[in-house]
Parts: sequence; structure tokens; C-alpha cells
Amino acid sequence: MSTPLTTASPAAPAKVPGRGAPKLRTTRRRTAGKPRRSVLLTVLTSLIVLYTVVPLVWLVINATKTQTGLADSSGMWFADDFALWDNIRDTFTYHDGVFGRWLLNTLLYVVLGAGGATFLAVLGGYALAKFDFPGKRGVFATVIGAVAVPGTALAVPTFLMFSKMGLTDTPWAVIIPSLVSPFGLYLMWVFATEAIPTELLEAARIDGAGEARTFFTVALPLLAPGIVTVLLFTTVATWNNYFLPLIMLKDPDWYPLTLGLSAWNSQAETIGGEVIFNLVITGSLLTILPLIVAFLLLQKYWQSGLAAGSVKE
Amino acid sequence: MTTLQPPAATGPRQAPPAARRDRRSWTGWGFIGPFVAVFALVFLAPIVYSIYLSLFRDQLIGGTTFVGLDNYQQAFQDERFWAALGRVTLFLCVQVPIMLGIALLAALALDSGRLYGKSFFRITIFLPYAVPAVVATLMWGFMYGTKYGLVGDINGAFGVTLPDPLSPDLVLASIGNIVTWEFVGYNMLIFYSALRVIPNSLYEAAEIDGAGQLRVITAIKLPAIRGALVIATIFSIIGSFQLFNEPNILRPLARNALTTDYTPNFYTYSLSFNGQQHNYSATVAIIMGLITMVIAYVVQLRGMRKGA
Amino acid sequence: MRRNTGRLLRGIALLSAVALGATACGGSDDDSTGEAVSASDVQAALEKGGTVTVWSWEPTLKSVAADFQKKYPKVKINLVSERSGDKHYTALSNAMSAEKGVPDVAQIEYFAVNQYALGKGLTDLASFGADKLADKYTPGPWNAVTQDKAVYGLPMDSGPMAMFYNKRIFDKYDIAVPATWDEYVDAARKLHKADPKVYIANDAGDAGFTTSMLWQAGSRPYKVDGTNVKIDFSDAKAKQYTDTWQKLIDEKLVAPVNGWTDEWYKGLGDGTIATLTTGAWMPANFVSGVPNAAGDWRAAPMPVWAKGDKSSAENGGSSLTLPALGKNKELAYAFVEYANSGEGVGTRVGEGAFPATKAELQSADFQSTKFEYLGGQEANKIFAESAANVASDWSYLPFQQYANSIFNDTVGKAYVSGTTLADGLKTWQDASVKYAEEQGFTVEK
Repeated sequence: MSTPLTTASPAAPAKVPGRGAPKLRTTRRRTAGKPRRSVLLTVLTSLIVLYTVVPLVWLVINATKTQTGLADSSGMWFADDFALWDNIRDTFTYHDGVFGRWLLNTLLYVVLGAGGATFLAVLGGYALAKFDFPGKRGVFATVIGAVAVPGTALAVPTFLMFSKMGLTDTPWAVIIPSLVSPFGLYLMWVFATEAIPTELLEAARIDGAGEARTFFTVALPLLAPGIVTVLLFTTVATWNNYFLPLIMLKDPDWYPLTLGLSAWNSQAETIGGEVIFNLVITGSLLTILPLIVAFLLLQKYWQSGLAAGSVKE
Repeated sequence: MTTLQPPAATGPRQAPPAARRDRRSWTGWGFIGPFVAVFALVFLAPIVYSIYLSLFRDQLIGGTTFVGLDNYQQAFQDERFWAALGRVTLFLCVQVPIMLGIALLAALALDSGRLYGKSFFRITIFLPYAVPAVVATLMWGFMYGTKYGLVGDINGAFGVTLPDPLSPDLVLASIGNIVTWEFVGYNMLIFYSALRVIPNSLYEAAEIDGAGQLRVITAIKLPAIRGALVIATIFSIIGSFQLFNEPNILRPLARNALTTDYTPNFYTYSLSFNGQQHNYSATVAIIMGLITMVIAYVVQLRGMRKGA
Repeated sequence: MRRNTGRLLRGIALLSAVALGATACGGSDDDSTGEAVSASDVQAALEKGGTVTVWSWEPTLKSVAADFQKKYPKVKINLVSERSGDKHYTALSNAMSAEKGVPDVAQIEYFAVNQYALGKGLTDLASFGADKLADKYTPGPWNAVTQDKAVYGLPMDSGPMAMFYNKRIFDKYDIAVPATWDEYVDAARKLHKADPKVYIANDAGDAGFTTSMLWQAGSRPYKVDGTNVKIDFSDAKAKQYTDTWQKLIDEKLVAPVNGWTDEWYKGLGDGTIATLTTGAWMPANFVSGVPNAAGDWRAAPMPVWAKGDKSSAENGGSSLTLPALGKNKELAYAFVEYANSGEGVGTRVGEGAFPATKAELQSADFQSTKFEYLGGQEANKIFAESAANVASDWSYLPFQQYANSIFNDTVGKAYVSGTTLADGLKTWQDASVKYAEEQGFTVEK
């Protein structure tokens, strides 16, 4: 599959060894002037957008309903009473405001987990791209190999190990596994290979800078767009993390939002449990919003980072 | 172009003088060490532990005994496991090309510069990736409802009877739809970003040759993003073989269709969490990991060879 | 307390410790068969104080814990309630395997008590004198928490079955409320004929419901004696059930809607699901999950297999237990006793829980409670009557969680393909037997 490439590429990009990193981050360059906009193409692409948006519209519409409204009205249209603000308030006040606590937990996991994962990926990618060391060839193969083993079967062994180390039921049980981002490592590897001219490193070393100093003063600034990219991917992964926290955390005070919402959702399945689908739906919407805002704010960096991450001349 | 092994491709550029060999080896590890250490703790150690476990058999009555490779033998004769593997293979062969196809088309459309409101499309198509699987399934569970859901609404509005998306015949396709929905935008962005950095000189050359749009796509764009296609394919293969979240969360709505051995990963989960058969579960996981690795390796090899 | 449906059953038994080859589950044996603890020991512990960690999703325990702390100011109850069902059992089993972080008190549903008791994972409360409480509880729940002389938990609530029906719909189509299962099938046909959107019930395959139906019919598919088990769904009583229920499935008279889903709550609300045969705890869920149908529903006795028969069964319900690896046993027992046998029972019944204690069930106050949701009906009379008519000789498998987890893989086929219910049960039986043998049980053929 996905091998639409039947001819050896006659137009394979020429090797231009001299081309340095800064150029990679320059954006579009089409000499032939702007191509004509196409209504047909826009309409066709809109179909894809429709596909992606309909479920989200459902979420927004239903976040405006009370529990009674949910039961009474059609899913794709509003109920008689508009209860979005009430729902938001109730979401934040239900069970002594535990939702806020979960939100803060999630932020903590994102800052330490996704931040740490990005940092480790940057260091590792830099090493893979710019150093030769024994065992280097095996590293990425091992990473891909390990990722290929289904994680669900590893959950219990991991739990027992973590338990012996006294890590379960602490934030570390969520943060430490989040620190590994194989895709992030891959991205940083490709990106660092391209973005950091080896000559620049050599020059810094000749000037007598140590390795750490070279990394922080020379390499890191060049890697910035790639870092933003990896940070966004790891943020999404940490924000949406569900299965491992489910196994690792017993204390609801340490739950991330996903676990909390799932707990609220299963209240509807317990005897005597209060059915709060309306808060689950509103909570889901509130869970997605910060990520969407982050995307919108960072999309510029993030795209140039991705771009350089995938290019290779 | 992008490959799984960028250093190999760029080897000549960074082949350092032999005089600094010893320093190189240590400094490299200094940088990758932290990643490898955490990786060893959260991935390798449990895998090694699982391999150890796979050599034992546990019983509720009678405790644990060493059984050598018996579990592996059992797995190779386990119809439930092979049926599950067959299911995800089918899924892989149908869903992954569709998903990557749509993603590629969307990326090419964005890259063509012929769209109105490009950045709107870019961000909107990507949005579903931000939706947690728990929430995504909540939404799709509603959409699939034949009584109160979107399918029900369509049936009512047009007087038709659409088949139940959660029936045993269709549920795999319905899961494929959710996975496609979640990851089209993600893959689109990877392709799109690869497209955006194709050196301009190539387009100029094509223009001089008088190449049409289609020719530009097949001769320039696709070959140039082959690396992105390969890495997306490999991650999609791993994703398909590990299919778990979507069937797991949809299960309350389609219990009879989504059996506890529906996918290999679901099967290992059920073995471990319902049946306390941790040892056998570990065995199945190890086998599954090996199969996935071999296939990912073959795909990489083929993809790269064509590019060479 | 959560219904014992198939979906809930993904816990891991405590024996995973053994299973994982890490350690045998040693160390716990001494605790669970310890010396008798006198009431004065418990009293002394209460005065000394301490913390008791309780894992339970029962909503009414919140008030009970507050009252208990007020009464014994030195004791702190740490109530962890966010996990229910499968997630709860997974966490519990994992903690037991790791021998770390095990709660002092854990809620366990009746169908799973055997399983946790089997591995000596639970403290025998007889050493605290719990065996003397036998007469306080209705037979179904008490039977579920005891094995021979051992008492592995105190019943928290119970689910004697009743039939809830949508009176508005029955009145609208002028259909009599069925008292026997034959009448039930007739009513199902009439309802569905009168309005093709209306189904007498929803059923998409539910292990808890099916086993309860077999229980009521008088079938006893599971026989358990220590590690000897017998599994047999082929008796005449089981056939009586499958023959009748097969009609409902074949004629498409039951809605293919899974319980506890959004769709289910909606169906209960708009009248398309006309009856619900389930445990007496249901009114609380009606009130919170189906607020728009207030006044429509009524309770009636569960239909029976022969006129004049009164047999009933239990569905759902759970107990509070003391895991063997928990700490502060005296305090933990004091709390369990307070919540499930002492003053706590009244508090919990006041908040809508359905008791397992005879005194509450028979009290005039309880029986004359008017359910506003059920149009002012004194429904507890029906429920209490049902509780008294539950046969107590039912038992679950010591691996019922696993068995229930594969219910839909096997019996579920009867709901989505040409397989019959009887064949489905046979497949379930075979799969359960296979598992039992693999796990070292002696299976009687």
C-alpha cells in the first residue's frame, strides 16, 4: 500500500549540500505567480471538512442541553432551553469542583510529561543526527520494535514494576511513561540532521565551546521550529492519555481529564449513580477547547517545524 | 528525501575525522542517554519481563509452572488469535490506503494553492486529532444510533432503512471510519508539510518542460514526499495491528459484534484483564510485536529501495 | 453497587500475584484466618483512631462516612468512589498483585465475591462475629457472601427483581400488565403490533439478566464445591426460559438496545421500551437518568412461569469486604458493620438505596414509602415480597467475571445471527468449562 511511486524519480531533488537550515524555514516560492483558485476543488475539500466537523457540531449542540433536554430532543438540533452556561458552571462545581482539579492535573502532566518528552526527544534526535556512537544504528530499530509490541499486554507488568518502585498512585506514574515519544525522536532526528549545519558545530568546538554549550547556544536555537512541532504532538498525546493512568492511578485526586470524564460517564452505569451525560458532554467540549486554542496559536511555528522535519534533499 | 534512517542518507556529510572517535562515542550517549534510560524503563523492561512471563503458565488453582515454549505453541494453534489477526490485516489493507489516500488528496489540494480559505481547511481537517478517543467514540456512538442517532434521523427523513453500522457485518467498517476520522488530518499535515518544502527549482524545471498538474504531482511531488509516505505507512501499520481503543470504547454499544477477541490487542487485553491469563497474554503480545516488526521492516525496505 | 452485567466484568482476580510468577500470595493467609476479635478490641481501636480507606462507588456511603466520623472523631474514612465495575476490579486486583495500596474496605458485587474469596484475598469476618448476623439479611445476599462457615463480606444492598412497566403505554394500547411469561410474550406481540416502534423490553444479551432469569426459572447451572465445579445449562428449567425468550428474539419483539447506554435511557423515556425487569434498586436510576418520564412508570411483580408461583431472583447488588492485605482491620470492620448492619442502613435507605436487611424491608415506614416517580406507588411492598421469595441456593462460579465477559462472544450470537439461545448457552458452557479446566478446577461432567 501507499507505494504509488512506480518510477524511479527522475526529478529526485538534487543534492545541494551547501544549503543550510535557515532556507528550510522559508515558505512558499512558486514562480509562476498565484495559481487560479478553484471552486470545484474547494467544494470537494469541503466534503472532507464536513466529515471532520459533523461530530464536533454534535458535541457543541449537545453541550447546550440539560439532561432532560438530551433525552427529549434530536441530537442534531438544539433543545428548547439553552443551558450551556449552566452546564459549564455545573461542570466546574460538581463534586466540589473536582473537574478543575483534573484540569490542573492534566496541565501538570502536559508541562512535565510533554515538556520532558520534547526535551528528551530533542537531545536524542540531536545525538542521532550529529554524533557517531557505538550502538547508534540499533537505537531507532529498537525503538520501533518496542513500539510494535501491544501496550495493553504490558500494562500489568509495568504496573507491578512501578508499584515495586513506589511510583504507582503518584503523578510520576503518568509523567515518566509520557517522557518517551518515539515519533518525536524520529522527527527531531530528521529535523536536526537538516537544520544544523555540521560546520557550525565544528566552528563552535574550534572556538573551544564544550558540548553542552554548543548544544544550547548553537543547536537549540536552530531547532526551535522542530521543538514546537514535537511539543504539540507530545501535548496531544499527554492530554489524551487514558489507558496507562487508568492502570496506574487509584486516587481520583490525581486523575487527568480523560479519566475523570470516563468516570462521570460510567456513573450512568451504576446502581443509584447520578446520570450526568450533560456534564460529560460539556466536560468533553471543555477538554478539547484548550488544545484547539493551542493549535491555532502555534500553528505557524508548528507547520514550519513539521515542514523541515519531513524534508530531505 | 526523508527516510527512516536519515543518517545513512547524509552519512558522507557528517563522517567526522577519525581523530575524534573516542570523544564522539561518549558525547553521543550523553545526549541520547536520558531518552534511552526512560525508554528502557517504560518499554524494554516490561517487554523483557513479558518474555520471561511467557515461559510460564499460571492457574487459579495450582499456581505457576515453567512450561518453556508451550505458550508459543498454543498461540500458533489458537484460532481466536489468528482470526483476530486476519481481521486487523483486512482492516490494514482497506482502511490504511483509504485514510492515507484521503490525507494525500487533501494535502495535494492544500498544496495546489487553488483552494479558497486554505488555512481554515488546514486547521479544521486536523481538529479531530485533538479529540480524545473517549470523546470521539461518544460522538460516533451517537452518530451510529439507528434509533436516535444520525443514522436514525436519516432513515426518518428519507424514509429509508440504512443498515445498522454496529451490526457484526459492518462494525469493522464503522471502526475504520472512526480511525480515519481521527487520523486523516494528522497524516494530511505530515504530507502537506513535506510538500511545502520541495525546492522551487524542480517546479521551474517542470514548467519549462510544459508538464501539466498531474504530471507535476506524479513526477515531482509524490517522489519528493516518499519518506513521509513511508513513515506514515509504518506508523499506520503499527496503529492498525494495535487496534484497541475504538473497539474497546464502542463495545458497550455493540457487545455481540465486538467479541472479546476482536483484534489481537483486544484479545491480549481480555486474556489479561478478564481471564487473568497474564502469561499467555504476554505470549500473544510478543508474537504480535514480532509480526508487526517484520511487516514494518519489509515496508520500509521496499519503500526505500524504490527511492534509491 | 453496580449491576452484574457482562460489561462490568473485566477485573483481574487477586491471584494474578501467583499468575505473574512474582510471588505466591503468601502473607495474607494468617490475616484472613486470624483469631477471633472481640467487640472490646474493636471498641478500643475506635477510641484509638486511624484512617480507613474505602473503595466503593455506592453514592449513599458519603453520608454514612460523614456520620461515622462524627460518631468516632478519631477515625477518618477515606472514601474513594470514582471507580466502578470493571475499573474498580482491575485496580483492586492490581493492588492485590502488587501487595501494595490495597484498600481496607472494598465493595464487591455478589457475583464476584466467590472469586475474591477463593484466593484468600478476603478476610473471613466470622472472626469478628459476623456469622451471628445471618438472620439480619435476606437469603439471596447472605448466601452470596458466605461459604460454609466463612463470611466474606456484609451485604450492602440487594436487587430482588420486579417488573417496571410504562403504564402510559400499556394504557394507551389497552394491554393488560402480564403476570406470567406467557402473558408477557402475548403483551409483547400486541404492543409491537399496535406500534412497531414499541418493544416490550430491550435485550441485546446481558449475562446478569440471563443468569437472573435462569435463577428465577429454577435452573441451577452452576454447582460449586471448593475447586470442584459443574456447569450445565441443559436442564428443563433452563429450556423453559430459552423456549420462551427465543420467541421474543425470533419475532423481533425485544429492542436490540444495550442497557445503560444513552440510547437505553432515551428508550425508557419515550416509551419505546415498555418494560424493564430488573432489581429493586432501579427507581433511583429512573429518577436521575429518565427524568422526562416521571409518572409514566410503575412497578409490578416479576412475571412468573406458572400462575400462583411466586419465585423471584436477585439482580445486582453488592457487599463491603475487608481485603486480606488491608490494614486497620478492626476499624474497617467497625465501619462495614456500621454501614451495612447498624445505623448506616437507615441513612442509606433514606437516600434511596435498597436494603438487604430484613428489618428495614419489613418496617412499616419502608413499605409505605410512596415513590413520586412511580406515580405515588408504594412499590417497596412489591420489592420486599420479591426479596422474600428469592431462592437461596443459587451460586455463581468462582470465575464469574471471566464467564460473564465471554457471554456476548457466545450467547450473544443468538441476538445477531441464526444461532438459538439454547445453542448459545451450550457454547457458553463449553467455553466456561474449557477455562475452568485450564485454570485447574475439577470439572464435573
